[in-house]
Amino acid sequence: MEKLGLISHLGRYAMLLNRTFSKPEKLSVYMRQIFREIDSLGIGSLGLIAIISIFMGGVITIQSAYNFTSPFIPLYAVGLGTRESIILEFSPTIVSLIMAGKVGSNIASEIGTMRISEQIDALEIMGVNSAAYLIMPKIIGSVFIFPFLIIISMFLGILGGYVMGVATGACSSYEYIFGIQSFFVPFNIAYALTKTVIFAFIITSVSSYHGYYTHGGALEVGKASTKSVVYNSIIILITNLVVTKLMLVH
Amino acid sequence: MIEIKNINKTFGDRQIIFDVSFTFLPGKCNLVIGESGSGKTTIMKMMVGLVTPETGEILYDGADFLSMTLREKQELRKSIGMLFQGGALFDSQTLEENVIFPLDMFTDMSKEEKLERANFCLKRVNLENKNKLFPSELSGGMKKRAALARSLSINPKYLFCDEPNSGLDPRTSIVIDELIKEVTEEFNITTMVVTHDMNSVIGIGHNILYLYKGKKWWEGTNKQVLRTDNKELLDFVYASEFLRELRPK
Ligand SMILES: Nc1ncnc2c1ncn2[C@@H]1O[C@H](COP(=O)(O)OP(=O)(O)O)[C@@H](O)[C@H]1O
Ligand SMILES: [Mg+2]
Repeated sequence: MEKLGLISHLGRYAMLLNRTFSKPEKLSVYMRQIFREIDSLGIGSLGLIAIISIFMGGVITIQSAYNFTSPFIPLYAVGLGTRESIILEFSPTIVSLIMAGKVGSNIASEIGTMRISEQIDALEIMGVNSAAYLIMPKIIGSVFIFPFLIIISMFLGILGGYVMGVATGACSSYEYIFGIQSFFVPFNIAYALTKTVIFAFIITSVSSYHGYYTHGGALEVGKASTKSVVYNSIIILITNLVVTKLMLVH
Repeated sequence: MIEIKNINKTFGDRQIIFDVSFTFLPGKCNLVIGESGSGKTTIMKMMVGLVTPETGEILYDGADFLSMTLREKQELRKSIGMLFQGGALFDSQTLEENVIFPLDMFTDMSKEEKLERANFCLKRVNLENKNKLFPSELSGGMKKRAALARSLSINPKYLFCDEPNSGLDPRTSIVIDELIKEVTEEFNITTMVVTHDMNSVIGIGHNILYLYKGKKWWEGTNKQVLRTDNKELLDFVYASEFLRELRPK
């Protein structure tokens, strides 16, 4: 990728998105692609997300119990604290960062390889809008499937907390379950899923951008893939701050 | 028929193409030949719209390509097939899916019709029963043939081939050349072949444009090439001392 200033990058990114969201040549082909992307981006990441969520849920519970040593804090606060950490931050943001690594580098190298091996040129010559064909299904697919993944992650994280908490004696089964049922604020779920949808859009579009404008050879594809992970992570962290400020701080 | 008229192209401050005009005839293999770096690929890319010339005209059967809107270009491109140097097959798709892809995108054919067409095209390039293979499982020659099958699937009126036999052994090269020539004549396609391979020049060069440092230096047929007295073309054709001695007087 040639040296461009921030403004030029933003301009080119906006132009790419504009081309991405133009009228598809053939709806049926695009629908098929969307389902493929849902499968590979979403379902393909389920295992990783499950393992990470269970373990992180467990660790969050044990750490909370370890810190709540004061007799004035009831033990059910462990369940409550775990639930809130997972719903507000761990599942939407940390899991998205992990997805930025897994899915983001995958997208950038896939599209980058298609660029350097002239597959994108081949699409254009056929009269296919390559940006729309390659990128739109990824964005739509991930924006659709990520919220489900994050809900599953929340569920497994809280479950992991329960299993580890009870197994290690950090809190009792009764207290944990009482805790996760207390003071539940439905708005927090809305907040978490809003973040998720925005992160899904960022991960797929930024990685696609880096892949699409690769040129050179295999080395540049590798660089594009690394770069996309770095940019994704930074943008996600900044966006997280902005959305949190807008939605939670009044 | 495709006509290019007075095409000029500059990259940065280096002019690469100087005022080139040529007519590409239907039903014939139209060759653009010249040394590496003489601008052959650039001319092809301008003709299909991957690169825009500063001045000049490109006419597809009279229709002015450069003044078309993006939609009109996309419409025209449905009648263009292109064979890329590396094949540019879609890695994630089987051969059959590759060949069917343009049909999926641009036609309303039924599943059976598409499959029939794919089988016809694969058979035409001697790849029958290889439907389910992925590009990574093919040799270089097979990839080229599969790419040719894909560009044929939509019945192109225009076919562009960039160095179709680069990286292939001489025998496979001739097979590819022959295939290109056959389909060109069979389906009356206006075919452009970029090459620096002398076998191709002799074998399929019915209408040749010789580029020298970005300029049109010579045009003619394969028969005329051998008897030319154009110095640069002679050096290009009879690159070796050995061949020069064999040259017909
Ligand atoms: N996108 C580009 N930017 C700058 N220079 C280019 C570009 N494409 C080609 N060139 C230059 O134009 C010249 C002709 O290139 P090309 O058309 O690929 O030659 P050929 O196909 O005959 O080998 C070369 O010197 C090449 O470096
Ligand atoms: Mg070339």
